[in-house]
Amino acid sequence: MLRRITLASSFALGLSLVATPALACGGLVNPNGSVSLVRTTTLAAYHNGVEHYVTSFEFAGGTGEFGSIIPLPGIPSKVIRGGDWTLQRLVQETQPQPKALFFAEDAAAASPAAAQVILKTKIDALDIVVLKGGGTAVGTWAREHGFLLPPDAPEILDFYAERSPIFMTIRFDASRAQAEGLGIGDGTPVHVVIPTTNPWVPLRILGLGAPSQAPVEADVYLLTDRMPALLPEPIDATDAPVKAGAGLELLRSEPASTSLLTDLRSDKGMGWLPNSDVWLTYLKVDTNAGALTYDLAIDATGAGHPSPVAAGLVPAQPTPLDVAAPAIATALLAALVLLSGLAIGGYLERRRFQRPAV
Amino acid sequence: MVSRFRTAIALLALAAVGATACGTASADPGSADPVLRTVNVTIHYSHFDPSSFSFPPGTTVRFVVRNTDPIDHEFIVGDQAVQDAHESGTEAYHPPRPGEMTVPAGTTRATIVTFARPGSLIFGCHLPGHYAYGMHGVILVG
Repeated sequence: MLRRITLASSFALGLSLVATPALACGGLVNPNGSVSLVRTTTLAAYHNGVEHYVTSFEFAGGTGEFGSIIPLPGIPSKVIRGGDWTLQRLVQETQPQPKALFFAEDAAAASPAAAQVILKTKIDALDIVVLKGGGTAVGTWAREHGFLLPPDAPEILDFYAERSPIFMTIRFDASRAQAEGLGIGDGTPVHVVIPTTNPWVPLRILGLGAPSQAPVEADVYLLTDRMPALLPEPIDATDAPVKAGAGLELLRSEPASTSLLTDLRSDKGMGWLPNSDVWLTYLKVDTNAGALTYDLAIDATGAGHPSPVAAGLVPAQPTPLDVAAPAIATALLAALVLLSGLAIGGYLERRRFQRPAV
Repeated sequence: MVSRFRTAIALLALAAVGATACGTASADPGSADPVLRTVNVTIHYSHFDPSSFSFPPGTTVRFVVRNTDPIDHEFIVGDQAVQDAHESGTEAYHPPRPGEMTVPAGTTRATIVTFARPGSLIFGCHLPGHYAYGMHGVILVG
């Protein structure tokens, strides 16, 4: 169980640096192109227009550097070290834990345009950089800074950049981790605070660099002010046995218990969490990389309309950052066609509606 | 880290100048022949477009390959044995030469090949994971 919780606290790493001796680490894209994924756990909490994204990076031994990239729904106001307790407390809340072993684990807790660097920070052995840019720009920045991008990276970076041009890169310096006394299995939780009106959880990125049949498993926790509407709509496994390979399964949907909220609020950086009236959702991703073509859109407003765009199910309008010049040209063209339509009537009016989408 | 990597790349490039370690293409290098035909190949999202070609025997082709991705790719022409050799090879960089070249991110490179004999050849990229991801195509000569 100790091992299971340790794995559950680690985040699948999407990208590796070119000199990466720490090949035993989960989720790394190795120089030979192989990828070994581990189970991942993420908390996405949404309260007062702010998404709190908490995940953890595990030190698995070795020396050198490796890295990861995470798309974000908006520009973070801060990136801080998360509490050591939050993710494990959520696991404890939703998954049966042998009591004695639980206490043992408690003790072990732990492009076209250049990309714009928005934020830099260090957390333990992690060097974190938040970037703003299109998929090509961010990919170029990553390559120029020593990341070895797998062949599916160009498409996946564009997939995210169309919705949000914000990415967080993480460089894990294993040598520094060793120098700082981090032991194998020690995790570094990272807490990203993102003001946004459009919360979503990146899931497709978990399969980055993996063969299409490679399994991807993740535990996703949501804390919201009310029961959220989700897209894709998960299979409700609360009243039925979990079916392996079903993709996205809902395992828990209920008001968060007072004891859970009290414990979470006591952890570092979690004081923002209300002490009551919070809805807990626990989802399990259990699929393969080829089938994981979506993210998780969340409507926490009560309106019940999670965005298909946020879920990655329908294409987004290109961002101004990616297509500023083409967009202006297209807008001018559209205006010209519209004026022509007004001038000469129905024929060109029909053409106005047939113009290519921006 | 980056400078160390670039140094490694430079050393590999120098080594590649003096030796072709990845096998011999069954297509005949045609750099001395007049260019009879130019074809454009685009690399996007780690795939070749077009992914198949057909040429009459004796055609000399100048492949102009444009890489639109933010990552490096290769363009290697040859039979299955050539592809296998590159897949298991360790040459990280191919300076442009007949039938094989590295196409760095965001660049356009050209290579010239003469297809002397009828048969079927393959073009592909052998950077880690790229071939398996689908970065290959077919050239029919006949």
